[in-house]
Amino acid sequence: MPVIKVDGLSKVFGKNAKQALKLLEAGKTKEEILKQTGSTVGVNRASFEVEAGEIFVIMGLSGSGKSTLVRLLNRLIDPTEGHVIVDGEDLATMNKKDLLRVRRTKMSMVFQKFALFPFRSILENAEYGLEIQGMAKEERSQKARKSLEMVGLGNYIEQYPAQLSGGMQQRVGLARALANDPEVLLMDEAFSALDPLIRKEMQDELLDLQEKMKKTIIFITHDLDEALRIGDKIALMKDGSIVQVGSPEEILMNPANDYVEKFVEDVDRSKVLTAYNIMKRPETVNIEKHGPRVALERMQKEGISSIYVTDGKRNLKGYVTADDASTALRSDVTSLMAILKTDAPTVTKDTLMNAIFEISHNSPVPIPVVEDGKLLGIIVRGAVISALAGQGEVNLTHA
Amino acid sequence: MLNFMENIEKLPLSSWVSDFTGWISDSFAFLFDPIKNEFGDGLESFADMLAAVPPVIVILIVAVIAFFLSGKRFGLAAFSVVGLLLVWNQGLWEELMLSFSLVLVASLLSVIIGVPIGILMSKSKVAENIITPVLDFMQTMPAFVYLIPAVAFFSIGMVPGIFASLIFATPPTVRFTNLGIRQVSEELVEAADAFGSTGAQKLFKVELPMAKTTIMAGINQTVMLALSMVVIASMIGAPGLGREVLSALQRADVGTGFVAGLGIVILAIIIDRFTQSFSLKKGTNI
Ligand SMILES: Nc1ncnc2c1ncn2[C@@H]1O[C@H](COP(=O)(O)OP(=O)(O)OP(=O)(O)O)[C@@H](O)[C@H]1O
Ligand SMILES: [Mg+2]
Repeated sequence: MPVIKVDGLSKVFGKNAKQALKLLEAGKTKEEILKQTGSTVGVNRASFEVEAGEIFVIMGLSGSGKSTLVRLLNRLIDPTEGHVIVDGEDLATMNKKDLLRVRRTKMSMVFQKFALFPFRSILENAEYGLEIQGMAKEERSQKARKSLEMVGLGNYIEQYPAQLSGGMQQRVGLARALANDPEVLLMDEAFSALDPLIRKEMQDELLDLQEKMKKTIIFITHDLDEALRIGDKIALMKDGSIVQVGSPEEILMNPANDYVEKFVEDVDRSKVLTAYNIMKRPETVNIEKHGPRVALERMQKEGISSIYVTDGKRNLKGYVTADDASTALRSDVTSLMAILKTDAPTVTKDTLMNAIFEISHNSPVPIPVVEDGKLLGIIVRGAVISALAGQGEVNLTHA
Repeated sequence: MLNFMENIEKLPLSSWVSDFTGWISDSFAFLFDPIKNEFGDGLESFADMLAAVPPVIVILIVAVIAFFLSGKRFGLAAFSVVGLLLVWNQGLWEELMLSFSLVLVASLLSVIIGVPIGILMSKSKVAENIITPVLDFMQTMPAFVYLIPAVAFFSIGMVPGIFASLIFATPPTVRFTNLGIRQVSEELVEAADAFGSTGAQKLFKVELPMAKTTIMAGINQTVMLALSMVVIASMIGAPGLGREVLSALQRADVGTGFVAGLGIVILAIIIDRFTQSFSLKKGTNI
């Protein structure tokens, strides 16, 4: 069951909201509606579901409605129409008291400019969410400390926000959000104000934390690289509408329309595609059953110059070349063991394309993809190049 | 044609105001009289009490506070000691204490009334739209004018002085409180909301602490205006340094007038520096 279910959610800023909604339904664009009614469409009938434990990235250009959408999720902005169902409760229609409860216990938010309270110490900042629930000093201190330790700030609790670097401040923001152990984390461009190196570090750290915590995270960004790095699912927004939802690979490989395509055009595919996406089913021989003769036969049949050798359990043993196999055949060697080569560099299914590209350059044979010693597939050099060029077959099912 | 004004009768604006004031004075006598009597008595005993403390002790206390408020520097403390000794030497100590107690009480009341009004304004656009022109009016009307209804309501003495001072000196506190709260960055307000703060929690845990520096600047202005009003209020019988200036004026006695005026300046500088350093001090870790 999804943790968050958004259904037909719209937000119109300005006076003629109802009229604007009608025009939206009649298929008018955001611009036309602005001209006609003076109202701005923030979010246009968005519908999507977010599963528990998922990092759901919402991406779009500036002004596309990302911030508005995420604020509709915890109702910092009241929706004009539609529903936000969290754990079976509709936030759009619930009363104030319930809304406070949901905000206190189920959803926390991390802000672009950190939004730390400057007059409160780091510890007091992290305690804020618990403090307003009326939790006793001792208990909330302990929880806040634990959460600060989790983000690596255990030694800074007495400091004030202004004394910390940007990256550290956002860790405090994260710790503050995690302190009341919410199910859902809303992050609006949480890393956009950080410089690139720190930003990457924070992305990794978020992924590490997520391994342990398994929160449901809604992450807003305008940066496709970031979206691809951390997203389990990505939703693309344009002019307030969600134009595509899918896994990173789906978005990248099958852009729903020109807009998405343009967005992904300049993404460096080599940073996104992994070995798993481009590997092929390997031809193999079994070292326990087969000798040089079978190996040579298979190679000739497939038109290849080398073949991988495994045991009965598909554990990779090495490879033999066609030349060696025919030499062995002539000198009556019957075991593959004698001509087995083991110098092929291996990769795992998660190795990124740019790394594979390097390796494939120097390797005389297709690269074996190995997991726990077992041969999963092979990558031929041509596949690497065509995938980098944005062509060729790509395996889109999730690993 | 150009003299069309001659054909229009003068609007009885002044008599309307007089009637209105008279009506308020009569109808609310049940309220004003006890204020005049009880509050007036309280004020007087407070002022007497202050005046009864030996000057040496007062000067010492002021010097110590000044020393710590100014970050352990001697400048303000030294100035306070010299200034207060001079006033004492000139035989104006009691007047100084009277003026000070008037300023203190008037300012406290202004703050107690002004801050909540400022908060209200910051929370409601409607309230802001109504209150802002009223504040403008209160501040641009010459201060003397407030003395007239003050006398009508509370006759003469300390109480009408404080009343006039309230009207004249409260606006900066209201304005700055409103401004300070509205200036709190939107993200911080959102953060407070996103964690499920109630309106009161947001106000006391986020908005007021964030606005503190600005509010203190407003209070500083209020105190200075209260001081100037307390001097003017000597015209309706408020005791203190102002009265000395006034009587010197009536006798065309330049020397005495100057000395009393100097006393006011000394009091003003000390009060100003004190309230300012409060606002700066609280602001340091922000
Ligand atoms: N309070 C508001 N009043 C009126 N219009 C608003 C308001 N907030 C946002 N908008 C409009 O709604 C649209 C979406 O804005 P939003 O801030 O959600 O975009 P965004 O995708 O977060 O952009 P950015 O990447 O710049 O943060 C914009 O056209 C914006 O002008
Ligand atoms: Mg935004």
